[in-house]
Amino acid sequence: MPPVTPPGRDLRLDLFRGLALWLIFLDHIPSNMVSWLTIRNYGFSDATEIFVFISGYTAAFVYGREMDNRGFIVACARILKRVWQIYVAHIFLFVVYMAEIAYVASSFDNPLYSEEMGILNFLKQPDVTMIQAMLLKFKPANMDVLPLYIVLLGGFPPMLWLLKRSPTLGLAVSAALYALTWRLDWSLPAYPSGTWFFNPLAWQLLFVFGAWCALGGAERIAPFARSRAVFWLAVAYLVFAFAITMTWYVPHMANDVPHWLTDWMYPIDKTNLDVLRFAHFIALATLTLRYVPRNWPLLASPWMRPAILCGQHSLEIFCLGVFLAFAGHFAMVELYDGISMQVLVSATGIAAMVAVAALITWYKNVEARKHGPRQTPPNADLAGGEA
Amino acid sequence: MKALMAAVITTALAATLASPCLAADEGACFVASSLVQADFPLPRVAAAIAHKQLNVVVLGSASSTLPGATGAAKAYPARLDASLQRRLPGVAIKVVAHVKARETAADMVTTLRQVLKDEKPDLVVWQTGTVDAMLSIDPDQFQSALAEGLDALRDGKADGVFMNMQYSPRTDSMIAMGAYIEAMRFIALQREILLFDRLAVMNDWNEMGVFDLSATTKKIDIAERVHDCIGRLLGRLIVDGANLAQASNTGAGNMETPHREIH
Repeated sequence: MPPVTPPGRDLRLDLFRGLALWLIFLDHIPSNMVSWLTIRNYGFSDATEIFVFISGYTAAFVYGREMDNRGFIVACARILKRVWQIYVAHIFLFVVYMAEIAYVASSFDNPLYSEEMGILNFLKQPDVTMIQAMLLKFKPANMDVLPLYIVLLGGFPPMLWLLKRSPTLGLAVSAALYALTWRLDWSLPAYPSGTWFFNPLAWQLLFVFGAWCALGGAERIAPFARSRAVFWLAVAYLVFAFAITMTWYVPHMANDVPHWLTDWMYPIDKTNLDVLRFAHFIALATLTLRYVPRNWPLLASPWMRPAILCGQHSLEIFCLGVFLAFAGHFAMVELYDGISMQVLVSATGIAAMVAVAALITWYKNVEARKHGPRQTPPNADLAGGEA
Repeated sequence: MKALMAAVITTALAATLASPCLAADEGACFVASSLVQADFPLPRVAAAIAHKQLNVVVLGSASSTLPGATGAAKAYPARLDASLQRRLPGVAIKVVAHVKARETAADMVTTLRQVLKDEKPDLVVWQTGTVDAMLSIDPDQFQSALAEGLDALRDGKADGVFMNMQYSPRTDSMIAMGAYIEAMRFIALQREILLFDRLAVMNDWNEMGVFDLSATTKKIDIAERVHDCIGRLLGRLIVDGANLAQASNTGAGNMETPHREIH
């Protein structure tokens, strides 16, 4: 199934978003040995950073072009249509989650876990639970990414307008919001208590940074990003992050980390996109840009095609991944949870993601052919991957 | 360097002397020994043992007890009592459990202050984390509640041992525990407090097939055996911690990082 590749498309975006989707899937299966392969175990940042950055990049690329061609209002309408699609997808996943929980509640009654079964209490008051879920305040485990994406994209129109006028000012506003969020502890409330697991007011920095890169920022910082000094700085930081991460798994190594460093460094806050995580992502991106150029021959190789296909249909494949992680974990608990099963569930899940992505691509190709040469208006899915 | 070697030898000796009773008390509860290690000493427990009188308080939520009329007697606090009796003959042991369902770490700090004042324990085993994760309490608040509790312990002149969540395969994908697990491990390391890593231990049992924790049983027998094992291993951790304090007192004083290969 050849991916749809109009000229000007940067396949690296699809490739890395596809890989990020695989990693998010693997990380969402609890007690899965295979998730030891994922990048979160070897540094500060994880697949979420990749996903949010690339989403910002493609959003600016697609809707920025839309704004040029058809004006601000039409671009806004398209962005809000996309927000609505993501919202519906999130609610669909919530229904799947409720079904699983309700099944467990009615079938499992081990006295050892009477406390943990308390998580099922919200089934007793579905009115509150449903409304809180629709308000995006009640978010079950592993269902935090789409609400983040909804808020980021929903707030994007004014930022896109600003970035088009003055990219530097747009980025500065975003950085200021990030700084204020840290200083003043701004956050969005969650239900039953606490705050959003991913604070959109902090994570917007990465999304806007992605957008800024797409709108010409990448070219502007390219000479700097390719310099020797930055390369070695990035390598040094990645090695440092790797060493620190290792101390989390080998406890006695933790004693070797100097106290002043731990006091300064911890906690590395995922909720508010800790600056150490942000820097780690930037360092990874710097090295990636160096070794994976835009015209990298391997991008055309069939080996890369599965990930690229997944990255081109990120919303569908993301939702499928969350569902497959539920289903895979369920199968592991019900049938067998040995390592062979963990490998099988992981491999089957990724194969299913690739198969569905290929199917969607096939369908889109068929539709495009049917419409023939009339198919001229810019299409978000074809022009630069989905936003 | 010499001081370090002396320390290693002393602790190794202490461990060897203690080991016959260890082996006898663990039976079927075997887990990779690295999961239950006294990384930090328990000086007040050591002093209490020397005075032949050890008062322990277990502070916990619902997973520190079992349902039913005999639940409390079969749950790990009572099993810890039995384990300590076996391990420390001649010492008067008292283990009191303060267990309340649905209490967050912050709620427990209030209880902890009261308990420290009223009962003057030598050691508090503080089981927490599950309720906070289920209510999705802000992890920062959770962490500061832990720190506050440890301050109270220090002021109340008692040692502390943390106990984290149970490993529960069926609810694993429903309760997001990650941030709370990390907060407990982090605070434990930072404040040099022993952590009984119940999560890792139970995960290991499940993997090794010692207990099938995803069984859909309504019977209490597996739950009772799990609690018995937790009580025994917790007993071992406490005695090891006391030995470590003893060793660093009598042996080579300035042992900064306790050694792990002493079992």
